[in-house]
Amino acid sequence: MSSEQADVFALEAREAREAARREGRELAETERIVAQVEASTPQEAIARTRANEELSSEMAPGSRAPMIINLGPQHPSTHGVLRLITELDGETVRDIHPVIGYLHTGIEKQCENKTYWQGITLVTRMDYLSPFFNIHAYTQSVEKLLDLEVPARAQWLRVMISELNRITSHLVWLGTSGLELGAISIFFYAYRERDRALDLFEMISGERMNNRFFQVGGCADDMPPGFETLLREFVTEMPSRIDEYEGLLSQNPIWLERTRGVGSLPADQLIDLGITGPALRAAGVDLDLRKARPYSGYEHFDFSVPVGTNGDAYDRYLIRLREMRESVRIIEQCLDGMPEGPHISDNRKVVLPPRGELAGSMEALIHHFKLVTEGFSVPAGEAYCAVESPRGEMGCYVVADGGPKPVRVHMRDPSFVNLQGLRPMAKNAYLADLIVMIGSMDNVMGGVDR
Amino acid sequence: MNEPLVIITIEALITVLVVLNAFAFATLWERKLLGRFQARYGPNRAGPVGYMQPLADLLKLVFKEDFVPEGANRVLFQIAPLISVITAVTAIAMIPFGDPIHVDGYTIQLVGANVSVGLLVLFALSGLATYALILGGWASGNKYSLLGAARSAAQLVSYEVAMGLSVVGVLMISRSMSLVDIVHGQESSTWYILLQPVGFIVFLVAAVAETNRPPFDLPEAESELVAGYHTEYAGMKFAMFQMGEYVSMMVISALGATLFLGGYLGPWLPGFVWLVIKIVVLLFLFIWMRATLPRLRYDQLMRFGWKLLLPIATANLVITAIVVAVFFQT
Repeated sequence: MSSEQADVFALEAREAREAARREGRELAETERIVAQVEASTPQEAIARTRANEELSSEMAPGSRAPMIINLGPQHPSTHGVLRLITELDGETVRDIHPVIGYLHTGIEKQCENKTYWQGITLVTRMDYLSPFFNIHAYTQSVEKLLDLEVPARAQWLRVMISELNRITSHLVWLGTSGLELGAISIFFYAYRERDRALDLFEMISGERMNNRFFQVGGCADDMPPGFETLLREFVTEMPSRIDEYEGLLSQNPIWLERTRGVGSLPADQLIDLGITGPALRAAGVDLDLRKARPYSGYEHFDFSVPVGTNGDAYDRYLIRLREMRESVRIIEQCLDGMPEGPHISDNRKVVLPPRGELAGSMEALIHHFKLVTEGFSVPAGEAYCAVESPRGEMGCYVVADGGPKPVRVHMRDPSFVNLQGLRPMAKNAYLADLIVMIGSMDNVMGGVDR
Repeated sequence: MNEPLVIITIEALITVLVVLNAFAFATLWERKLLGRFQARYGPNRAGPVGYMQPLADLLKLVFKEDFVPEGANRVLFQIAPLISVITAVTAIAMIPFGDPIHVDGYTIQLVGANVSVGLLVLFALSGLATYALILGGWASGNKYSLLGAARSAAQLVSYEVAMGLSVVGVLMISRSMSLVDIVHGQESSTWYILLQPVGFIVFLVAAVAETNRPPFDLPEAESELVAGYHTEYAGMKFAMFQMGEYVSMMVISALGATLFLGGYLGPWLPGFVWLVIKIVVLLFLFIWMRATLPRLRYDQLMRFGWKLLLPIATANLVITAIVVAVFFQT
């Protein structure tokens, strides 16, 4: 073991001991594992295992010491790189100790070194399944600081694309959580539809993932020709596809057995933990920011917020499917009532001038040069804006000091907060149910670690 | 049973070669069928329409490093895949492929071993196959494998009972444990699926559980246990586990066909063709289930086996016994 690694372990051990002292308790079994038994090479792991075996050789056979199993970070169903140190008693999970940070890329810190409009590119990469929601929260906060009016058409475009993104995100969740339960076909069906939606994203924003489509002040572009027809085709077909998924799963006795009553927590505990989104609504709490605090013109749309009763994995599944149906309705309303007008604000201090003006207008050229090289300045202050992402409240807190770069950008990512629900849920559950719980919470590790 | 040794040897060689080739193509057909079920193509790159895929897979697996992980029990780790293959392939010997044929004055039995307790030997072999999973999982020195092994032990013990009871009805009707006699019995009466529909359904469900196929593939549930008992296996040892799984799938399909679907009986076509058709139909069911159903949870699997399947099989057995004793006493 190199001295550098030894230092890391010593640091972890110290942190664990300090945390235990603060809370006035003994070290938990899992924390001892984190701090002491964790090994960095297989050889070292074997050496430590042997040492432990010698220590515990006098332990009577048949003793009920828990088996510590390391679920992840490379495990088929931890949605990326979540690591769960799990204490198992047979098939029963006694406790879990989530370890996060394997996907940490320092996006919040990097934003402080980028101008506001460069930051948009960074935040799309956090929760990579719902890039539009990340930018939406970020741009809204910046717009709030700038006190910038977003044209109606831009708002509707944002709503339309966000709802399409909600569908793709839920489709990924449906496919992967089906796969985790062994229903392999649903994965391919869900991805088939998702691929068509990604084609639409590519058409309007030029990218299939990490789309940098929303700008401060509006959207980067209007709908390209032919987009509306294709989107209409997609939304007319989608409800029958959702029927297809429901036909496979909703009444399937094995699916019901596996998801009913799994991972339910009382609503007040969910609220205490700060859990939002479908996981909270499944428990019967009617909290949807699109209704509770309408933004981006959501008050003009007619849609309902599905609410469950039991808060188990099955309710979360039903709610996500119904949300997809509602999203389809919202997209249809967007297409029917799309207001005329510009797709982005005409404030030349913030928004790039249209390409065509550059050839003829000196002023436009100067604005373009200033915006691209320096970026726009934002008046000092702080703002928090939140959107309802597919996983819950996606908030962005921006502190500005009057310069072209933010002083602090903090994202309240719902995946990170919702992950806290996993430990109370998993206690005394079956190992197989733990996998269902991870799936039903729909945490995206890119959003958790940022 | 007076065949010369050389004929028996040739017979055995042909059977084993055919079975191993069938295994290779069963994997290919499974993948192709799954592809169709899931709105995609399946393997279609290697060779004409993908038919060289098994060869490509084999080459890949042969050239993998053959290693034993640190912390594993070397001997048992190597033996386990062998047990898996040997028990599965031996079981083929009990299956009759057709009526005896006469070539050049010799009578050739189209069954490897026409023993009077063929069914019991088959069950014994499938029970032995469990050791492959348990030993392999335990000897790997991996916690996931250990969990997989523990699951397979519990699962196979539970479902072996239901499966055993489900076929006793057939034995009562045919009054023999020899599979050849059971087929002959169906020649004189009718396919036993008509007399024993409940027994057939119980047998089918238990067969899926016996062969660790979805939705009962808990020992290798990849979303929980990575790959269960064969997590640490690679190369040819992994291929042998796969071989064991697929060959035992074919054996159990053949057993189901023999016990309930008339075995090699059928008009116009030669006997073994009929048997192959029936086996393929049952294999298709296996694959269909894999494409459609989610996996059960461990406790649900146990509950299903002991509280539902076993009582049904027992009731079926009792009713059959009464009917046979009252109406068909000779």
